Amino acid sequence: MTTTVRGKPLFEEAEWDFTILDRTYKAIESIALDDLKLDVYPNQVEVISSEQMLDAYSSLAMPLMYNHWSFGKLFAREEALYRLGYSALAYEIVINSSPCISYLLEENSMTMQALVMAHAAFGHNHFFKNNYLFRQWTNAEGILDYLAFAKGYVSACEDRYGRDEVEAILDSAHALMDQGVFRYSRPPRPSRERVMEKHRKRRKYEEEAYSELWRTLPAGIEPPSAPTIPDPEDESGDDMKLPEENLLYFLEKHSPVLRAWQRETLRIVRTLAQYFYPQKQTKVMNEGCATFVHHTIMNILYDRGLITEGSLLEFLHSHTSVVYQPEFDDRRYNGLNPYALGYGMMADIRRICEHPTAEDRDWFPSFAGSGDFMTVLRDAWANYRDESFIEQFLSPKVIRDLRLFELHDEAEAGTYKVAAIHNENGYRAVRAALARQYDVGTAEANIQVASADLKSDRKLVLQHRMHRGVPLQEQTKNLVLAHVERLWGHEVALEEIEGD
Amino acid sequence: MTHFIDRRLNPKGKSLANRQRFLRRARAQIREAVQKSLKDSAVADIEKDRKIKISTKGTREPRFRLDPRAGGEHDFVLPGNKEFMPGDEIKKPKSGDGGQGKQAADYAEGEDDFEFTMTQEEILDIFFEDLELPNLVRTSLKETPSKTWKRAGLTTAGSPNQINLIRTMRNSFGRRLALKRPKLSEVEALHAELDALELEETKNEEARAKIAALKETIAKAEAKRKWVAFVDPVDVRFNAFTEQPVPTSQAVMFCLMDVSGSMGEREKDLAKRFYMLLHLFLKRRYEKVDIVFIRHTHDAQEVDEQEFFYSRQSGGTIVSTALDKMLEIQRERYATADWNIYAAQASDGYTQSGDARHCVEMLNEDIMPLCQYYAYIEILDEREMEVFASEDSGAELWRAYRTVADAWPNFATKRISKPADIFPVFRELFKKTENAS
Repeated sequence: MTTTVRGKPLFEEAEWDFTILDRTYKAIESIALDDLKLDVYPNQVEVISSEQMLDAYSSLAMPLMYNHWSFGKLFAREEALYRLGYSALAYEIVINSSPCISYLLEENSMTMQALVMAHAAFGHNHFFKNNYLFRQWTNAEGILDYLAFAKGYVSACEDRYGRDEVEAILDSAHALMDQGVFRYSRPPRPSRERVMEKHRKRRKYEEEAYSELWRTLPAGIEPPSAPTIPDPEDESGDDMKLPEENLLYFLEKHSPVLRAWQRETLRIVRTLAQYFYPQKQTKVMNEGCATFVHHTIMNILYDRGLITEGSLLEFLHSHTSVVYQPEFDDRRYNGLNPYALGYGMMADIRRICEHPTAEDRDWFPSFAGSGDFMTVLRDAWANYRDESFIEQFLSPKVIRDLRLFELHDEAEAGTYKVAAIHNENGYRAVRAALARQYDVGTAEANIQVASADLKSDRKLVLQHRMHRGVPLQEQTKNLVLAHVERLWGHEVALEEIEGD
Repeated sequence: MTHFIDRRLNPKGKSLANRQRFLRRARAQIREAVQKSLKDSAVADIEKDRKIKISTKGTREPRFRLDPRAGGEHDFVLPGNKEFMPGDEIKKPKSGDGGQGKQAADYAEGEDDFEFTMTQEEILDIFFEDLELPNLVRTSLKETPSKTWKRAGLTTAGSPNQINLIRTMRNSFGRRLALKRPKLSEVEALHAELDALELEETKNEEARAKIAALKETIAKAEAKRKWVAFVDPVDVRFNAFTEQPVPTSQAVMFCLMDVSGSMGEREKDLAKRFYMLLHLFLKRRYEKVDIVFIRHTHDAQEVDEQEFFYSRQSGGTIVSTALDKMLEIQRERYATADWNIYAAQASDGYTQSGDARHCVEMLNEDIMPLCQYYAYIEILDEREMEVFASEDSGAELWRAYRTVADAWPNFATKRISKPADIFPVFRELFKKTENAS
């Protein structure tokens, strides 16, 4: 990227059209692939209006989604905030699919479109394709097909069994979404064809076995249902393999009261939860990666004379506000900004590679001064998640820049205790504490199915293994347990026990 | 390998289905909020979208959350340290405080009220949900469903006055194109060419042959024009109509109002609100509703809506003139066989002495037998409202009307004194009545 041949700017006006978009995309693509050596899914860039952006927001940013009132609630809330001017619309949405779909908002200026393409179509896209969590847990090729199936299935169920029935199941399933993922083993890939095939068989059997006679049965007696079709991946049989961390999976397979379509609905929600699980664990890295990529690409574009000085300033203005980190006592403070932390750390890795100090050589002997920051970053993007990335790469300089400090909180105490600050003794402690903060394993409640008595009273026992004694919030706990009871159909108890 | 797709023209409102589900889900809260919102605001605003604030109760989405305030210990990292040193102690913010409270707030389910915008349609739906015009006798609907002609596409047979020229000519044009019917201009061009050749003085062999060929072509073309008709019977299309039964649940609403000097700005404003609601309600509930506005002082006139609500008049007050006018209009235009008749009257309760009795007579003998429902609201000021706390006491007109109300179950009288009274009155007047006669 040291070429300094100055070209003609790709665009000079804020207005854009598809020719300019295409020209700019090609320029960005060549930098991303040749200079940064990114590896991406094919891109599909879609231009949408602000209302469509709101629509997309409210269905978990997916282009297709089954219908549920909670998405309507989200839409109403977002729309109100947007109309009041409290929140600007995101400039872009990107979907982890192949081809990778990114949305451009039509109101964006051409500079912003360039930024968004670099950010989403190359930054996020590279991360989706290469990060080990996404590779291992999600199926980019299948997701859109699966969503189409899910949407159709849920709406067919609404027609067959009534909206209220379907809504009740979805409500309960959503309440358990956080507990509906496999954390340690690769879940079976959802193949739309297989699911459809299974479903068709079941329906066909019902139709074949249907007899007018069944209609004469008194209410309450059900005609015999289709024999369960053996599921190749379901080897559990009678053995429930407890404890089970994936509550939705457990209920789907073993609940004594659910009907086939209800189990399938749980499965849909569970599949979605699993699909979003890697995104939860890589917020900092994902945004950091995309921000770093767009920053680098936009600067190279400027260096080569492909964008004007005006564009560069517009881009920098937007970039700075995206990576702004308000301090903890600021009214705007709303947690650590993943863009700020992620970009800060990655920009610092570049600095360490190019202009290391003695401290950096001490802390990062393996790559300080290596010069080739892209190799280090590509490796980090591929093989780490937020927790391990921070543990490994958070440098003292970033801690100083953000003036991070660690507080220790005991529930009974009236005060927080400052445990560590940005000094020589504190760096490692702050780094470890921050890494733990991003570990979903400890940030989320660890709840498992401990036992289920199918022989006598059918009581289901859940266990919350507390991390350092932090219990569940009482009010939400009871509300969620009511949902579990609906799905299990019998008594459910939850014990909180000391974990680690 | 890159695709740019312009999705801007795709249909909007993808999340409409979700919105409907949400409104249905939060029905109870939304109804309460809508009623409150309507009660407190000017009626002129009813035909607008408005913001509705509901509690999140009923639309909660609970998840398991950790509550570090309830027990245990944890560590967390914040940015922006200014003066803290290790070992310092910081007071915990009370729950609900700003600042770093967000860390804790993450663990609590947001109990905030939730504000969003509802469209006029959605609001009115909720407001009118359990309302229905009282005692609506759907006699005509049940017994003699009347019919109207509705357009029903095109047919190949029909009367000439129903011919659809555009479609007919389109078919004709297509057929002529397909069968290669020579155009008139083409034939004329051939003729012109032939004439030109024949006029030439010296005719050699070649020219003669050409003339012969031309003549043959012309003959062929003309023959073809003959057997390929310009408009063929197969082209002709007629507009088709079918008879369709229409539910004739049509109603006429007579709005009567005293606009005399004794009706002050406040009284008129209240009456205005009352009518506007009725007006909206009727427009919404029935496909065919006529509304007749009659204002009166010592003399009654039929006026249009605009004038009814916004113009001023001075004079005395004779209520019976309005009733006269109403009867006159009803006889002229609204036969009871086809129309359900409703009347709503607003007044401050004053009328020329002796007139009240006359009104009662007219109501008992002429009007009430015709009406499905007659609603009378009397607008008082708040002081009067206290004086006339009992239903039995009141001014002359009120007492007179009470006797009518006793005799006719479908006659209702109400007193109102402030905007907030209007909605309860309205609801009570138009509540679904089980004992509909």
